[in-house]
Order: sequence, then structure tokens, then C-alpha cells
Amino acid sequence: MSRHHVRITVNGVAREDEVEARLLLVHYLREVRGLTGTHVGCDTSNCGACTVMLDGQTVKSCSVFAVAADGCEVLTVEGLAVDGQLSPVQQGFQECHGLQCGYCTPGMVISATGLLLENPDPGDTAIREGIEGNLCRCTGYEMIVDSVRWAAEHGGAGAVATGTRGR
Amino acid sequence: MGSMIGASVTRKEDPSLLTGRGSYVDDISPPGTVHMAFVRSPLAHAGIGNIDTKAALERTGVLGVWTAADLAGLPNSRSVPGMERPCLATGKVRFVGEPVAVVVASDRYLAADAAGDVDVDYEPLPACSTTDAALAPGAAPILDGLPGNVAMEQALAADDAEAELSAAAHRLQLQLVNQRCAPVPIEPTACLADWTARGLTLYLTTQAPHHMRNEIATMFGLPQQQVRLVAPDVGGGFGAKASFYPEFLLVSELSRRLGRPVKYIETRSENMMSMVHGRAQAQDIDVGFDDEGHIAALRVRITQDCGAWPDTTGVGLPMLTSFMSGGCYKIPKISPSFRSVVTNTTPVGSYRGAGRPEAAFLIERVMDRVADELGIDPLDVRRRNYIQPGEMPYATQFEGIVYDEANYPALLDRLLEKIDYQALRAEADRRRTDPNAKLLGIGFSTFVEMGGFGPTPLFEQFGFIGGWESANVRLNTDGSAVVSVGTSPHGQGHETAFSQVVSDVLSIPFDKITVLHGDTETVQEGVGTMGSRAMPVGGPAVFKAAGKVRDRAMRIAAHLLEADPDDLELVDGRFQVRGSPDSGIDLTEVAVKSLKPHLLPPDSDLGLADTAHHEPTNLSYPSGAHCCVVEVDRDTGRVDVVRYVAVDDCGKVINPLMARGQIHGGVAQGIAQALLEEVTYDEDGQLTTASVADYLVPSALDLPSYETDHQETLTSFNPLGAKGLGESGATAAPQAVVNAVVDALSHLGVRNIDMPCSPQRVWRAMRDAGSARPSEVST
Repeated sequence: MSRHHVRITVNGVAREDEVEARLLLVHYLREVRGLTGTHVGCDTSNCGACTVMLDGQTVKSCSVFAVAADGCEVLTVEGLAVDGQLSPVQQGFQECHGLQCGYCTPGMVISATGLLLENPDPGDTAIREGIEGNLCRCTGYEMIVDSVRWAAEHGGAGAVATGTRGR
Repeated sequence: MGSMIGASVTRKEDPSLLTGRGSYVDDISPPGTVHMAFVRSPLAHAGIGNIDTKAALERTGVLGVWTAADLAGLPNSRSVPGMERPCLATGKVRFVGEPVAVVVASDRYLAADAAGDVDVDYEPLPACSTTDAALAPGAAPILDGLPGNVAMEQALAADDAEAELSAAAHRLQLQLVNQRCAPVPIEPTACLADWTARGLTLYLTTQAPHHMRNEIATMFGLPQQQVRLVAPDVGGGFGAKASFYPEFLLVSELSRRLGRPVKYIETRSENMMSMVHGRAQAQDIDVGFDDEGHIAALRVRITQDCGAWPDTTGVGLPMLTSFMSGGCYKIPKISPSFRSVVTNTTPVGSYRGAGRPEAAFLIERVMDRVADELGIDPLDVRRRNYIQPGEMPYATQFEGIVYDEANYPALLDRLLEKIDYQALRAEADRRRTDPNAKLLGIGFSTFVEMGGFGPTPLFEQFGFIGGWESANVRLNTDGSAVVSVGTSPHGQGHETAFSQVVSDVLSIPFDKITVLHGDTETVQEGVGTMGSRAMPVGGPAVFKAAGKVRDRAMRIAAHLLEADPDDLELVDGRFQVRGSPDSGIDLTEVAVKSLKPHLLPPDSDLGLADTAHHEPTNLSYPSGAHCCVVEVDRDTGRVDVVRYVAVDDCGKVINPLMARGQIHGGVAQGIAQALLEEVTYDEDGQLTTASVADYLVPSALDLPSYETDHQETLTSFNPLGAKGLGESGATAAPQAVVNAVVDALSHLGVRNIDMPCSPQRVWRAMRDAGSARPSEVST
């Protein structure tokens, strides 16, 4: 298996690594960079637990090779809070009980952040469409929708939108 | 300080989970960890011939390949005697996905490569992918020594109720199917074993750490103190993570053999074929009733598909269905019987509700069919049969099944206050004559289920050591508290809910309480989280342990204040003499002085810590009244839930915010069962829903908003009055939805649609019944 040199910036920290061509970005993040907040929940790119932001766009990191992220900036759930202060989306999920087991949550929070970057004031249908690619088995989604709406009303995407994170 | 019980506080669990600092099994990687992968059977039933492992073993980075022959001496998993499952298929495979060999390599990619290198010769055998096939004369026996493929058969009544059914003015037969569902927690099964000279540490995605610790210790002949079992953050379970899986044994054994930590992370595709499925029940029902809809007799014959290896919990599912088959109704004669059948499919175990949703679906469909037969409103039939509040606790005809305090008619009244039933009914009628309108259907489910599992004699039957739960509360000298609980959450929010209980009992701020769980090294023997037992069984244990600490602190305070303990009260963290609040002592000061023997009464135990157990004397019986309104597209058969209203009685609500979450999630799974989900096999036993691309786990666009409310009828069987609610939504929703769908189509003559009510099934039902467009009928 060929190995390749990559330089990937994750949550503002750039690093160079040698990786196998087939290494998925999600495994690069989890195992090479030690950022285990991004989860794996399926093998068909349906569940969205692995969602991260790549150069400002949400992607499913199980469907991106690490080599394809060479030269890119990645934002993971670990990069959302600034100086220990939860982002509005993270706060919204706590306020509105938008999580239970927490396993889908990092991907869900990143997708919601991506949605609010594109549409700072989404209605319920737009929120549901925005998180359609993220499966949650615990909440039945309504309280996630509430969480995203709370975030929209309390600072939206947060620091990501002002360019201090992830872009 | 106001009461924390009943307050909608946000969760203690959330900040770490929201920042990616949770700790799930795959997040834990001790130095030197190697990865295990399975070679799984591609066939449902076949003899195993030669297994060629040479290519796999030659691959760089592979540490070994093992087949059943290499693991001789490892014990089988516990089940019905004679049906214990080996950790790898031995001699033959019995379902698609059954592990045949196991590979360990230095990374997970290599392990997958090497598993693909293993070449297995199979000699195909006829496969039984349905209970009909397994029960057919001459069907191939699946388990050794079980020629007819019936694992268990039981009647739960003295006779078949034929006399009562024959004597009834009306009689109706129904065949219902509660289809096979996959639990699909978003975190699949994961395990990590690290066997060192000090013993075995095993991290598992489990709902029952002590139970698994005890099983593993017994299997390896290890003393229990040498096995540390940790359930760290667990990403959902829904009952399926209460089962024992062969991989638990295998990672442990291979860690022992290799002297390294061994990790196994199931892929989703593997999860769909390896983790237990739920439901998988067919019911033949015979009901007798009078002109007014009073039910005289009910006969239920259940055929339970238990898959290829009967699971300890799975075989008992139809017994629970039998016990609950009468629902919240006073039915003079109920005659249930069941048989559990082995098939060439994934084993069936507990899935959110485990046997009770099947019963609630059954009796609530019966209520609607009886109403339809008599031409009366389905709610009238329900009202005429309800067990009345004055009859509680209500002993059913089944020994030990005693419904606790509830008010079923009031639940329905409360539900009707939230919906304008007459207006909905009028709108549904109007739409029937408007060919451009979607059809509207209204469905009800007024249900009762079981929560709070034990007691011990019942829970022993599922392989657990007891049906009680345990808690330890200890106070630090600054007045903060550490609580250890035997329940083991996987999303429920125990840290928050139990902190609320302790906060009230000990008058300690919520933020100064930490709850520990899921680690057998730090937590006293516990049972686990399943069967809606955490709050009705675990909650009282916490309540009692905190109460013991409070009483002990009270005695010390009384000694220090030179007062009678009976004259003291604990207010805002301070013991004070009733009527003279100036005379008092802070709990924090008592905590410090509890460690100064010279200040205490002679022979006092030091410190403020105590343990309590709660053994329930009865199950709890959460109940509720749910209404579902659906729209059905006349052209495509697509069903949309446009309104879902749930009134639940889970007894005392500890945290309304989290209670909403539990109801939402349960209802979501119930709606999904009704409309979307079904595990399917082809006739050769190939799993045709082996990924979440094929198995329809609902997304946010598939589910509605939910309107929820609670009626709190406290149970007298535990000191908190809580009944549990984790399974109520999944128990209530399927029949609310299906009753609504059938209601929408009833004018066409449709009387039943099997779950899932997919667009295709609904469209076919409309087509077979005649056009859904009245205008087209005449042309």
C-alpha cells in the first residue's frame, strides 16, 4: 500500500503525516490525530456520525480519503468551543436536550453548524432538511430541531462564521 | 432550595459529549492495541469444510487466525440448556453473518484484509428463513438434538377458551405480524480486552456490566475480582446491548493468548446481521364479544421466531407478550400460548419494549376491529372494557402480574382534551368525498406495559443474579457527594436524574453531586439498565441510600446540638431544630465531624456513606393514551404522520425535559416500526437489509413533531412512585399509527395492513379494495 505525505490543518493546528493511500479521513482524525470526538456509525455513508467540516463545507469523513484532505482545513467537534465556551449550537443542544447517548451528536452538531453558516435563520423544514443526512436513534429529532433553532436565535454558527475557526 | 425532583434541569452528561470528549469503547486504545476481525458466513445454513488460513497468516502484520478447532475448550454462551452457542461456528453455520473464524492484525484495515484472505469451504444445507419453513414437515433441523426446530412451547392458561369464545355473541379471528426489527444503536458493538498478569480488563458496549463481568469470570474460571468490566459511554442500546455476544469472550481469550490489548469494532453491516433483532412475532388471535363490544374471551397463539441461536432474553419474549395480551382491559378469559421457533436467521433478543409492544399492538388492533365489526366508535369499545381506577392494584389472571395504580379512563379523557376528535372525524369524512384531498386517518392506542424489572424470581429467568438494584452514597468532607449506581446508562441521563434524587434527599446542590456507573472496579454489584427499570428500581435504591446517609447525619447533628433527632429537620443544607431555626448545624460541618470520633456518640461508625438495595415487590405498569393522525396519499400510498399526541402515566416524573426525550425517542421508534422498518431475508436466508442504506432508520424528514403530556399516578410499590418510561413510546406508537392508516382506508373496505405500512403496501391495499378516488369509481 503506497504511503503519501499530507499536510492537514485540524482545528487550526497544522501537521504533516505519512499516511496510507486508503486511510479514511475519519480514521486519520481519530487514530493519527487522536481526535476521537468524530465517530463512525455505518459503512455506507448514511448515518453522518463522522461529519466534519472540510474547508468550510460539511463532509462525511468516512467518505473522504485522508490524502484528499491534503492542504485542507478540517474542523471537528473538538474545535467548536472557544476558550472553554460552548458554541451556540453546542449550547442549544444542551438547553433543548438535543442529545441522549451522544454518539451521533458530534456529527449532528457539525451539520447544524454548517446549516447555520448557509442559512442563519432556518425554519423547521429547513432544519430537518439540513440534518437529514445525520441519523439519531435516541431523540426522535424534534428536540434536535429545537436545539438548532435555539442556536439560530443565540449566535448561530458562532466563531466558525467569523472565520476564527475552520475556514 | 426548591425540589429538584420534577425540575427540568439540563444534563450533567452533555458538556463532555458535546465537545467530543466522551469516551466510547473505540476511543480507548491502550498502547499495543491490536485489532480483531471476523470471517463471517455468507450462507444461512451449511456444513463447514476446510478452512484455509494460509494466505491470511502470510500477510505482514497478521498476528494470528483462529477457527473453532483452535479454540476448543472455550465455553459456550449461556442459553436454554442444550442450545448454548459456541463463540465460533462449529461444524456448520446457522445464519448469514455467523462468525466462522477470527483474525487479529496490527491495524483494523489489515485485519479486514486478512479476514478476506481466509477461504472457507461450505456444503450448503436447506435453509429455513421463516418460522413456516422451519415448522414444515421434513424441515432441516437447525440445532443438534432439536428435530422440529421448536425451542420452547408453552400454554399460559388451563384451556384454550373455546367454550367462552363459542358462547360469545360475536367472534372474530385476526392474524397479526409484528415484524422483525433491527435495534440499530448508532454505536455498533465494540469491545476491548486487556488481559495482564493482574487480570482481565474488558471495555464493552453493554447495558449490564456486572452481569457481563460475572458471565466472563465464570466462563474463564477467574475470580470475579480479577475481571474489571467497564461500560464507558455507550452509544445507545435499546435492549440489544443487554445480550451476551461471542466477541466478548473472543477478544478476552485472544488478549490472553497474545499478551496484548485486543479490540473489536463491529461495522454497521456486521451489526445488522450480528446484533440481536427484535419483535419477529406472528399472532393468531380469536376474540369473542357481545353486542356492545364487551370482550368475553381472547385466545392468542404466538409464533416467536428466535433466530438460529435462542438468546436467553429472546426466548422469553412471547411469555411477556402473553402476560400483557389483555392490555388495560378487563377480559374475563384470556388464553395465550406460544412456541419459539429456531430459524436460519440472526438471533432475536430484546428491543425497546421486548414482548410488550407486541401485546399492546395485538390488543389495540383487536379493539379497533371489534369496533369496526359492531359499527361503534373505537373509543367506546375501549371505555366499555377499561379496568377502572377503583380496581387498582388489579390482579390479572396471570400469577404475579398485578397492575399498579393507574387511571386508564382519565388518560383517555386527558388525551381528548388535546384533540378535537369530532372535528378530526368530520374532516376525515369530508376528505373521503374530495378526490383531490389526501385521506385522513385517526388512530388511538390506550396501552399499559411493564416496567421496573424484577423482582428477582422473574429476572432470574433471564439469567440475571437478581431483579433488585443497588446504590452507594458517600459524602465528602466539603459536603459534596459521590453516588455509585448499579444501573448502567446508554443515553438515559442517569447522572442527572439520580443527582436530582440525591439533591432532594440530602439537600445538597445538584452541582455538588457526581454519579459513577458502569465500572465493576468502583461500583458495588449491580444489575443493569433494561426493562424500564432505572428509575423505578435504581431510583429507589438511590433514594434509600441517600436516606440512610441523611439519617446517620441527622443522629450526629442531634448529638452535636444536644437535641432529639426527631426534633430536627434538614433545610437548605442545614440541620435545624424545628421551630427554632437559629439552632442548627450545616450538613458540611456534620460531614467533617463525622470523621472525628471524639465528638461522636460512643461506638459510632465514622463517615457519612451507606449502601442500599431496592428489590421491587412488583413490576411497574406504565400506561398512556396516544393519538396519531395520518394523511394517506391516494396516488402513491405514502403515509405522513401529521399529528402525534401522547399522554403518558409513568408515575412520578423526575425530570420533565428528559421524560420528553424518552417519550419522543420511543414514539419515533414505534412510528418507524409502523411505517418504515423491517428486517427481511430471502428464501435462502440471505439478509436483504444488511446496511442502513437498505434498512430504513428514519431521518428527521421522516418523523413528526410530538405533543406530550403526563398524568402522574404514583405507584405505591416504590418510594419514588416512578414507573419508568423508556419503553412506553415504542410500545404505544405502532398501533396508534396502524389504526390511523386503517381508519383512513376503512371506507374502502380495508381492515388490516401489515407493518411496515410502506407506500407500496398501502397503495396495494387501496387498489385491491377499489379505487381511492371516488370520482374514478363511477367512470
